[in-house]
Amino acid sequence: MSFRVTHELHQRRRSRNLGVGLVLAAFIAIIFGLTVAKVSSGDFVATQPQQQENSR
Amino acid sequence: MSDASYSITAKDDEASFGDYFALLKPRVMSLVVFTAFVGLLAAPEDLNPFVGFCAILFIAVGGGASGALNMWWDADIDRVMKRTRKRPIPSGKVTGDEALAIGLTLSVFSVVLLWLATNALAGAMLAFTIFFYVVIYTMWLKRSTPQNIVIGGAAGAFPPVIGWVAATGTMSIEPWLMFALTFMWTPPHFWALALFMRNDYDDAGVPMLTVTHGRRSTRVHILVYTILLAALAIGTGFTALGGPVYLATAVVLNAIFLVGAWKIFRRDEAMSEADNFAVERRFFRISLIYLFAHFLAILVEAALRLYGLGGWA
Repeated sequence: MSFRVTHELHQRRRSRNLGVGLVLAAFIAIIFGLTVAKVSSGDFVATQPQQQENSR
Repeated sequence: MSDASYSITAKDDEASFGDYFALLKPRVMSLVVFTAFVGLLAAPEDLNPFVGFCAILFIAVGGGASGALNMWWDADIDRVMKRTRKRPIPSGKVTGDEALAIGLTLSVFSVVLLWLATNALAGAMLAFTIFFYVVIYTMWLKRSTPQNIVIGGAAGAFPPVIGWVAATGTMSIEPWLMFALTFMWTPPHFWALALFMRNDYDDAGVPMLTVTHGRRSTRVHILVYTILLAALAIGTGFTALGGPVYLATAVVLNAIFLVGAWKIFRRDEAMSEADNFAVERRFFRISLIYLFAHFLAILVEAALRLYGLGGWA
């Protein structure tokens, strides 16, 4: 015996799975976007090869 | 999980995604988003728009997390009160443990991400706000003092300060004026609600002012707080946050609010019951517009400043 796919319980589970999936996708997009924004606004300055030499 | 295991583990009242989202108190979150947004934009610093968007999002998630923790702790009284009976935990959709896990996880995520996206001070402010709302207000003072609303109002007043600090990385007087505005607005707003949601707090045993000091005293409190609020709101019009647009808004709205508070003060229970608390309900509705309009006016002044028009200069 099995339930029909359209059972109301399946709809609720589907909404949960979809919701969690979208939240995760949004989280990835936000972290990526933040990284791009931070790097392009000069918050992180890459160490120059010359400086690396000097620090040795 | 296969369908065959349905009878063993599944519940008929299993939660949907919306039930988990409801844990975050979306309506409260909308106020948090708006006031934090105003705090961020009123600050005299240019923030990358995407970083600004993320800052508002993380502040909102932090506010939502404290809402979930509040629902976890208050599930027992939420079951009793008509207003809160349909919340996810009392209705049996979400368990208390789930709410606790979601609240704690989102708290940590929001604080760390706000810190990384903006600065440590903003992250610390958000952490303190969550702590204040959950531990100081919900766990400690809500059930032990009739001034619970006054103290709880402070938690709701922090978002514009966090927004400002996220943009500037420093403290100054202006965001605290926005804090004071929300802080002073909360008591009359909630006490009006307590007057017409009459039996809820009595049944739950929450020491609301209406229960401990009586309804007459609550009416006096509403009037006194509204007078203090009006002085503060209009006074703010002459500071760096204000300007002609803000001052005009504040004068009109505070006049309406004061008249409402005066009417509530003049009425007794018989009069209120005769028209089913029409004046109190109207005052409550106006209070929502009141706060929104004041923050909107601050936002307008900040926007005008970009074109050299806002403020008094």
